[in-house]
Amino acid sequence: MSVPARRRSRSLAAAAALVPMAATVLLAYAGTMAWSVRVSFSGSRTLPVDDFVGLRQYARLFDSERWVLSMQNLAIFGVVFVLACLAVGFLLAVFIDQRVRGEGLLRTVFLYPYALSFVATGLVWQWVLNPELGLQASVRRLGFAGFTFDWIVRQDMAIYAVALAAVWQASGLVMALMLAGLRGIDESLWMAARIEGIPRWRVYLSIVLPMMGPSIGTAFVLLSVSVVKVFDVVVAMTQGGPGLASEVPAKFIIDNLLVRANIGLASAASTVLLLTVLALLAPWFHARAHASRRAGRAARASDPSEAAA
Amino acid sequence: MTATTALPAPRRPRWPAPARVGLYVFLATAAFAFLLPLYVMVVTSIKPMDEIRLGNLFAWPVKVTLAPWAQAWTSACTGLACGGIRVGFMNSVAIVVPSTILSIALGALNGYALSFWRPRGAQAFFVVLLTGAFIPYQVMLFPLIRALAALGLFGTLPGVVLIHTLFGMPVMTLLFRNYYASVPHELFMAARIDGGGFWRIFVQLMLPMSLPIVVVAVIMQVTAIWNDFLVGLVFAGHDWLPMTVQLNNIINTTTGERLYNVNMAATLLTSLVPLAVYLVSGRWFVRGIAAGAVKG
Repeated sequence: MSVPARRRSRSLAAAAALVPMAATVLLAYAGTMAWSVRVSFSGSRTLPVDDFVGLRQYARLFDSERWVLSMQNLAIFGVVFVLACLAVGFLLAVFIDQRVRGEGLLRTVFLYPYALSFVATGLVWQWVLNPELGLQASVRRLGFAGFTFDWIVRQDMAIYAVALAAVWQASGLVMALMLAGLRGIDESLWMAARIEGIPRWRVYLSIVLPMMGPSIGTAFVLLSVSVVKVFDVVVAMTQGGPGLASEVPAKFIIDNLLVRANIGLASAASTVLLLTVLALLAPWFHARAHASRRAGRAARASDPSEAAA
Repeated sequence: MTATTALPAPRRPRWPAPARVGLYVFLATAAFAFLLPLYVMVVTSIKPMDEIRLGNLFAWPVKVTLAPWAQAWTSACTGLACGGIRVGFMNSVAIVVPSTILSIALGALNGYALSFWRPRGAQAFFVVLLTGAFIPYQVMLFPLIRALAALGLFGTLPGVVLIHTLFGMPVMTLLFRNYYASVPHELFMAARIDGGGFWRIFVQLMLPMSLPIVVVAVIMQVTAIWNDFLVGLVFAGHDWLPMTVQLNNIINTTTGERLYNVNMAATLLTSLVPLAVYLVSGRWFVRGIAAGAVKG
């Protein structure tokens, strides 16, 4: 019992060293969030004011066609982006895991877009998808006169064009995570499956995929977080257009903060975004806390020195 | 991976020959699709505009020219200013270097204190900090703008560096905390018994041991901060716009004829630093992803 006592007496320097972290948490994270929530209940426009207008900013927010469209786009983008990244990334990882030649090169090729910024990604795809001079025009020149690929200028398809660019950028990340997961699978599984005569695709679908749960969960959370933050790629690729067709909430907030001087409205929007993230995270945090409690109990039970300490 | 390849028996049944061909066809097609945008960028950037106007995106240029690269670097216009993207390059370097050093130093210090000293209540702060990693920056932007303005740091280099350090803290702290968690506690206790204090153990024992994770952290932070758009756009004012913001301004605010070759040269120039980091670092880059994924 003397160990904790000694620890505490010497930890003044440690506590002092953590002051920057505590200040960051209190001021830059918790404080700013609280302030934003407070401002969202005020009538602030260009400058923050201290009045209280209840939920009026929220009512304005959901009356705004642009915000509703932004949220719809976020939902479409989120579903398409996450599912496509998971599917493409998993497929690539499975195929690379078949002891192919040139594995290192293939991995490099599939992951390099992830090193590029979302701005560069958006600008490249804006150019590739340019209907007059890009992919569509080039394929037509090859003799396929009816070929049409003009998502980026179509009201109903622009958000899918943005999702396409984002999938290109991020699916390599899923591949890298999944490949690590696949490499962790026990060799004996394949022996057993061979002896039982189970077809390979069946093994992947019914056994490997469920075993990859943690990798998939990690990829899912990483992708979801980038969905809510999506901003750069839209600004670079379509600027939210054509019209309002590819507006997203993060851009709505920035525009209202910096350009339109609608601070109260922007704060209400960011509060809604915050609640969305928390709602997405809550079940996952719960599952993780549960798992780590279980793991902690197991570790203590199997390690007597840890149990004694 | 070399260990697996060295195994005498194939670890799973070989594919029948036709299926194996299909496997390679699939992978080659996928690789082709992934490389296509890069190829288009390079080809477009070395073509004269009249060849681009023909509308053949994939054709190799008849006349290769490096003029678009020179123009992108020295004289491309963002609105009225025509100084090229080199201004942004210098700004990005000036932002990335101190932000990387500062965020890693703080992350290492936090991770060390959290792993070995565990002051009271620190764990609670750490949990809130990690949750902060998931929060969209939009929620924090306006109060941070006001705070920086009050401190006289808005639109200055120290202001931008400070914001990058704040936003980088969760992942950096987590990275080092997890790394130090794998260091045997006996080592720390031995240093304590030898009379080492908080700072001495950190500087003389833990930091020298941290080289591998520092490399991973440098890769992560250089890539992330170089590629940042939002912080630069919001906090950099007019004088410290990073390369990404300048690139977007060059391409998306140009009036008159759009010079696609110059645009693509500028995009490639902006991407050179993270691409070089990626190609040189190889496996370390993937380690960074895996480490960042622990966050998830």
